[in-house]
Amino acid sequence: MQGNIKEKAGMLFASLMCAIMLSPAWALASEVAEMAPVPAVGDADWWKWPLILLIVTFVMGIIAVLGGVGGGVLFVPIIGGFFPFHLDFVRGAGLLVALCGALAAGPGLLKANLASLRLAMPVALIASTMAIVGAMVGLALPTHIVQLALGGTILGIVAIMLTAKKSTVPDVPQADALSSALRITGVFYEPTTKEEINWKIHRTIPGLFTFIIIGFMAGMFGLGAGWANVPVLNLMMGAPLKISVATSKFLLSITDTSAAWIYLNKGCVIPMMVVPSLIGIMLGSFVGVRLLKVAKPTFIRWMVIAILLFAGLKAVQKGLSTMGISLF
Amino acid sequence: MTQNNTQATKEQVLYADVLEKGMYAGLLLMVITFALYVMRIIPPIVPRSEISAYWSMPVHDYLVAINTNFLHWETLPTGWSWVKLLGYGDFLNFMPVAILSGITIVCYLVIAPGLFGRGDKAMGIMALAEAVILSLAASGLLSVGH
Repeated sequence: MQGNIKEKAGMLFASLMCAIMLSPAWALASEVAEMAPVPAVGDADWWKWPLILLIVTFVMGIIAVLGGVGGGVLFVPIIGGFFPFHLDFVRGAGLLVALCGALAAGPGLLKANLASLRLAMPVALIASTMAIVGAMVGLALPTHIVQLALGGTILGIVAIMLTAKKSTVPDVPQADALSSALRITGVFYEPTTKEEINWKIHRTIPGLFTFIIIGFMAGMFGLGAGWANVPVLNLMMGAPLKISVATSKFLLSITDTSAAWIYLNKGCVIPMMVVPSLIGIMLGSFVGVRLLKVAKPTFIRWMVIAILLFAGLKAVQKGLSTMGISLF
Repeated sequence: MTQNNTQATKEQVLYADVLEKGMYAGLLLMVITFALYVMRIIPPIVPRSEISAYWSMPVHDYLVAINTNFLHWETLPTGWSWVKLLGYGDFLNFMPVAILSGITIVCYLVIAPGLFGRGDKAMGIMALAEAVILSLAASGLLSVGH
């Protein structure tokens, strides 16, 4: 009963947040991006947008940690939908946001043996190759098509978040031939049960094929891909949840690296956007980790879902409006 | 020779150590170079007050605009051409970005000999293949655009 009230309160707050974000003021900012010609004069308030970006990404960093999602998946739809930056630069910055988050977490997860290098290596080989292809396709397509596809993807992520189950230690009766040959297996200590858990994986080939799509989408939209990595590693391939989450986070440091180079070489990096975003997200993540002890995960999760839902709809609306179709 | 099963392998720890060093170096350098840029200690190519006029453009238009207005090069500043502009505050910030994006290549190259050394050929080949793929992405040879 009490949980139900909290859930409803969370949804109400999330709806309010989204209503604010869809207000005419934000819409103006995003439409200026599409329509404004290059001003001949400079802007004395040049620091305004980087400062707003720093504050918004700081909040985003907190929400990402509490909601259990990566920074990239929030960054691209929100900044792309409601800020005056072109989607090319937003995707470039989004990849670097996801990359830096993964780089910061990766060493600790590897040393703690929660992220598995042996599990990550074959997956990363496929995902990073396809991220390059995705980045190239994303940069070659017209912006409104990418915007539409991004909106569809974000709505798909919402569906995954609403429906996907998790399995703490999936039942893997027997490792398949490929994972046995590559010796993708491990042992980790679970402090809550004080047990050493031996894990192995199965369905390696279908899992690797799925990473063709995941890598492509990560590169194309600059989203990071933890939202897809974890269900595939955990539910499809049978890695324990902790190993899946940690390996997914580490995996982003490789997948996003390949796509980040494509965006960097193409010129899609504006330091005045990238650095405040990185600093904001990282500071927000530090605060988020501390708030994790007192926060209500259900409330935050509903908030993230609602924000993504509206950001996805906004991306679809922007894509359609460029084609002369009005959604709202 | 016995190793606790729950402990990470030697290659995994080596990879983590190199990744950690690269990550700290990149992030520290990023804060320094951004401070030099924002405080105008090293002046940028595109003045800070004008950058907001460019970030709403598609990347191709942006490159054409900054080339026309500031660089006056024969070709657009793509690929590794930012290296020639490291003397400017804004492009100096590309250096830490390149370090953060490039450290994974170093990690793979560092662990490959150890993998081959203990007969783990499949993983060794995968490590080298990944280093080649990431180097190809970094090379700037793969280029498309609208």
